[in-house]
Amino acid sequence: MRTYSMIGVCGVFMFALIVFWGCGPQSDGISYSEEIKPLLNQKCLRCHGGIRQQGGFSLLFEEEAFAPTESGKAAIIRGNANSSELIRRVKESDPEVRMPQEGEALTMAEIELLEKWINQGARWDEHWSYRELKKPDLPPETEWTTHPIDHFIYAILKDNFLEPSGRAKPHVLVRRLGLDLIGLPTPQAWAENYLKEPTSDNYEKLVDSLLASPHFGERWAAVWLDLARYADSQGYEKDQFRSIWKYRDWVISAFNKDMSFDQFTVEQLAGDMLPDPTKDQLIATAFHRNTMTNTEGGTEDEEYRSAAIIDRVNTTFEVWQGTTMSCVQCHSHPYDPFSHKEYYQILDFFNQSQDADLDSEFPFDYVHMDTTISDLDEIAKWIQEKRELPGDEALDRHTIRELVFPRLFADLSDGFNDILIRNNGGFSTWSYNANNLKNKQFYLLFEDIDITGLTQIGVKYSSNGDDALLEVRLDDKDGRILCSQPLSNTKGIKGSRYRYFDLDSTATGANNLLFQFVNTTNKLPDGMVAVEELELVYNGERLPEAIRQKQDQILDLYRSGIMIPVMRERPMALKRNTHIYDRGNYQTKGEPVDAGLPGILNRDGSSNAHTRLDLARWLVSDRNSLTPRVIVNRFWEQIFGYGIVRTLEDFGTQGITPTHPKLLEYLAWQFSRDWNWSVKRLLKEIVLSETYQQSSATSREKLESDPNNYLLSRGPRIRLSAEQIRDQALAVSGLLNTKIGGPSVMPPQPSGIWQVVYNNATWEEAYGDDRYRRGIYTFWRRTTPYPSMVAFDSPSREVCVSRRIRTNTPIQALVTLNDPAYLEIAEHLGRWISDQEGTLNDQFSAALRHLFYHEPNPDEVAVLLDLYESSQQPQVQLISAADKADLQSPYTVVANAILNLDVFLTKS
Amino acid sequence: MKIVKDFRNRYVKSQTRRHFLRQCSTGLGAMALGSIFACRNDKEHLLHPTGTVEGISHYPGKAKRVIYLHMAGSPSQLELFDYKPTLNDLHGKPCPDSLLEGRNFAFISGTPEMLGHQGQFKQYGESGAWVSHYLPHFSSVVDDVCFLKAMHTDEFNHAPAQLFLYSGSPRLGRPSMGSWITYGLGSEAQDLPGFVVLVSGGLTPSAGKSVWGSGFLPSVYQGVQCRSEGDPVLFINNPDGISRDIRRKTIDAINHLNKKEYEEVGDPEILTRIAQYEMAFKMQMSVPEVMDINREPQYIHNLYGTEPGKASFANNCLLARRLAEQGVRFIQLFHWGWDSHGASKDEALNGGFVDRCQEVDKAMTALLTDLKQRGMLDETLVVWGGEFGRTPMRENRLGVDPELIGRDHHTDAFTIWMAGGGVKEGMTFGETDEIGYAGVKDKVHVHDLQATILHTLGLDHEKLTYQFQGRDFRLTDVHGKVVKPIIA
Repeated sequence: MRTYSMIGVCGVFMFALIVFWGCGPQSDGISYSEEIKPLLNQKCLRCHGGIRQQGGFSLLFEEEAFAPTESGKAAIIRGNANSSELIRRVKESDPEVRMPQEGEALTMAEIELLEKWINQGARWDEHWSYRELKKPDLPPETEWTTHPIDHFIYAILKDNFLEPSGRAKPHVLVRRLGLDLIGLPTPQAWAENYLKEPTSDNYEKLVDSLLASPHFGERWAAVWLDLARYADSQGYEKDQFRSIWKYRDWVISAFNKDMSFDQFTVEQLAGDMLPDPTKDQLIATAFHRNTMTNTEGGTEDEEYRSAAIIDRVNTTFEVWQGTTMSCVQCHSHPYDPFSHKEYYQILDFFNQSQDADLDSEFPFDYVHMDTTISDLDEIAKWIQEKRELPGDEALDRHTIRELVFPRLFADLSDGFNDILIRNNGGFSTWSYNANNLKNKQFYLLFEDIDITGLTQIGVKYSSNGDDALLEVRLDDKDGRILCSQPLSNTKGIKGSRYRYFDLDSTATGANNLLFQFVNTTNKLPDGMVAVEELELVYNGERLPEAIRQKQDQILDLYRSGIMIPVMRERPMALKRNTHIYDRGNYQTKGEPVDAGLPGILNRDGSSNAHTRLDLARWLVSDRNSLTPRVIVNRFWEQIFGYGIVRTLEDFGTQGITPTHPKLLEYLAWQFSRDWNWSVKRLLKEIVLSETYQQSSATSREKLESDPNNYLLSRGPRIRLSAEQIRDQALAVSGLLNTKIGGPSVMPPQPSGIWQVVYNNATWEEAYGDDRYRRGIYTFWRRTTPYPSMVAFDSPSREVCVSRRIRTNTPIQALVTLNDPAYLEIAEHLGRWISDQEGTLNDQFSAALRHLFYHEPNPDEVAVLLDLYESSQQPQVQLISAADKADLQSPYTVVANAILNLDVFLTKS
Repeated sequence: MKIVKDFRNRYVKSQTRRHFLRQCSTGLGAMALGSIFACRNDKEHLLHPTGTVEGISHYPGKAKRVIYLHMAGSPSQLELFDYKPTLNDLHGKPCPDSLLEGRNFAFISGTPEMLGHQGQFKQYGESGAWVSHYLPHFSSVVDDVCFLKAMHTDEFNHAPAQLFLYSGSPRLGRPSMGSWITYGLGSEAQDLPGFVVLVSGGLTPSAGKSVWGSGFLPSVYQGVQCRSEGDPVLFINNPDGISRDIRRKTIDAINHLNKKEYEEVGDPEILTRIAQYEMAFKMQMSVPEVMDINREPQYIHNLYGTEPGKASFANNCLLARRLAEQGVRFIQLFHWGWDSHGASKDEALNGGFVDRCQEVDKAMTALLTDLKQRGMLDETLVVWGGEFGRTPMRENRLGVDPELIGRDHHTDAFTIWMAGGGVKEGMTFGETDEIGYAGVKDKVHVHDLQATILHTLGLDHEKLTYQFQGRDFRLTDVHGKVVKPIIA
């Protein structure tokens, strides 16, 4: 047996050899990226790369490699290996001098390779994934099929002496397609249509029906949400709830309507910066509000704001660029050509957003129910008439602000600094940490306010101390002071106190107004204020009480909507200065930097990007060749179990080289050009290929030469995801609630799972239909995710995860055997079986037909019959509130077994 | 050519990291690297479901397993071990600015007062270790223990500091210490998970389950929480009415059909699944058995102060010993309630702190005694401590009952102790300044502690790596030095 496995190993080397024969260097010239770079990565870059440059020598960037080192000489002399110090040092016999200093010496073959490369001129070509995307020629037609994907697959199979497998049986394809495209079994009626007459035409029709199903979006959103690190809680210690499910529904809907992937990208990364963004475009930006918020007492918000911004950089580059940026936050990339400085240039794109780790998760937007909208409209109309305002605008944040003007509320401001904005519109200058106070500047900014005739400022506030000073300035924080007044303590006053201050009223025109709250002694609670609202008083006239009341009403109503954290840029006047963080520490700021794209991805300098919106558009422009490669690879992996580049998250030089480079180029080209970024089109192309439709049965020979089926000489056979396993079981039992969207739900979970400190939230088990929603709707709490999902490898969603590593554990068996949620499903499936006509034999055959779309073998049915017979005595006690008599049934035992079959848990 | 080399290099590299191909039976690398070289054609060679593989050490280590007693919230070292007469002299005096300048504390603001010891200290044993009156039992075993008195960390909030201690990074997403160790060494437990977590005090630690998560390591290496109430492991018990016999027959039927499936399609993954269902069945016996402390004799209950059926620290200490006997590699206890800010009665040095001491004193002493009398202490490393220390200053939070006494979070100095597992006995390593504010001699950083724990197990913290996102990650990030002087 052991020799068998060694053959397997050799087989892998052999196929590797052959696979890459075809995509190696074009001529006799040594390829830097394919032959030299991996060697340097492994042997040299640890000491001469992005982290350390010992002896003043680095091999990370071309210009560094040929620059003079500390000795004054360059280590590599192009065209002359003999006089290159690098060669001398790797050949050296004295271990004190020989390179690499740690680890083994280079082999003779490796040294020869380096010499040859240097003698050929040490050409520094590009890593494959950074090269311009070009449409590759199709390989020659094959006798196998006419589908382009198959040509690419077949070419490599042939080189490796592998034959494709025959087409899978129609009933297998029906199940495979459903699970792949909608994450659910194919509906019986559609299946029957196809199975009656399994022609290519009918296959395509089935594919089209599935792609058009509203469950398509749920299936693919589940994948995207791992990348978006979507969760229903904030993370960290208290891990409080977060209302962000509208974003999840946005993703589902985007997939359902086949929103082009470039638009999908821009709306999520910078929807707020599009001209007149729609509510949906704002909701899309919650993609980057899925970062964690730390509400633990005594934490420094700026620290966790920085952590969130860093996470946005890393996530953006992992998701769209397959680039592991997290290394670069502390130092230049150890292997890939990204400098430390470039990291912070990218960070600057994200550093200008308003969110600041506030407990309230400000800034947010609201989504209102239809009835609320009509109430809002009614009040708005009343105010508009009374105040002679134009009345035809949508009720967005700007309109509300106009309606409540000249009262000003923090949640309707245009920018703020260091203050804590609450979701009732109030704010405070509270800080846990007095030692940090002196570094803080508390202010709030409103843009575009006509100050002509402005005579007074009203402040409704409370304070336990005396040392706060209010300064009202024009333009920005260095602007002219209109008013500077102490805010005395309000001890003994119940609630807040309104005070009105006169101000310098000589200024006119539209301006920014900045309200700064200075803590003059840097002590607590002195200097701390909590402000409910600000009011502008023009020409000494205050608002009539009747209008105030209506304004209060409309604010309450507006704020009663479903809250969703969104991205919002700080105004230009409050632009943050971005610095390099020395070794990634936000407190040690280095050189200042401006937004900019990484050089390696913008070599000709033809792309200019200054804002987050520019960055988003660049990612999906023709100039960016990584995005289409990385994205098609993600979809491929979902269908076949492995990416063409298996390291979905790393297309850099440490990533795994593609098994089918030309196929990847072809799909990337088609997807981003001919198919206009249509995800449905891409998936259709894949599932229509013969490669996809192959039988997944394998043979000893195939297992030996390609155990994991990287080359696809057979169809995919992989365990289903956590969501698919739950959804499929619910579907076949008839329990599935097919409702799409809405707040997350809490299906049954054993008690005592949630024991989070300083947080009394409880798992409120759903009754009724909400128990049976698809897995994507299960409430996702980061510190304590739903146990059965975790057992099947779903991540905690704290950070972006590109790949779920599939495991196969006994804990999984315990879940599907014993989890009350799965037992309830078994019981329902059992009841369905018992409702079938005929003998037990007929009933069990019907069950297997129901799950697998074909007539089972009699011996399979016999096994179930045996189990039924031996579990005859009443013993199953029911979990659900349903009819007990049914539950004490050996049918449940049999259903429980069926739901645990490998073939059921697997897509085959 | 290059790719062949690439494959071979990867292979060699993996092998030196003991990744796999130890007669093809470890399965560890097979999982880690997406089963490139998996050979699961034989039932005996299936990777062990609970992360138990025969690991390969970098060098011989004395310790075979770790029991980590974590005092979540962080107990005050100044009330238990770090005796500073000068601090008593300065009691009530304002804290000098030099100690506050440029420093972050979680809750202290303005100028706090110095706070003298709340406990009475004495020296114990031949080693003369200082212990306060709060730990009367523990003071009798100090000669078995090695104190590290100049511990320090980078993080001053609970969740980040706990993550830092257990995963080497204050942010989420890295594997925890127990995961690294089971990944590196596998487990000797046959029918139990290799990494078990026991929680008492009613709450999980601040950082949540991430402190026993497997991060980017395969999920088989994550800690499995065993509970004293409800199912000891989630879903381990058959539902009411399903007998063990029916469960056996169900699994037989499943495996029978799975075998047929295997014969038809030949996917070796099916064989793994068959083995995992067998393993699940075995665990259904072994887990409740090991978790049932009723079987222990009365003198053991007296020793630990255990009361079967409760989620107490004492029960968990006894369970830790039972799990250790079964070969579980990493046993992690958390006891919540040490965050003595003085903000409420339960969070005060003259309140909850005293109760916590009583809850742990007898039981942790019993654990050492019991392990020793069974000859297991030599090969079991026991570690006790919090995620950071507490300030020599009194916390001065607003609006708090002035009778309540507390200290704030402190990164510069705290005390932990270790025992057994090849660590020197009766030793005190490291020293803080005269008020216990910061280490002045033999400081040990959290990364050093991690390196040292791995070292006692025979693992080199620089070699125990896993490639993720293009980089080799390790528990100690890019830091850490083994504290050699404490190794016996």
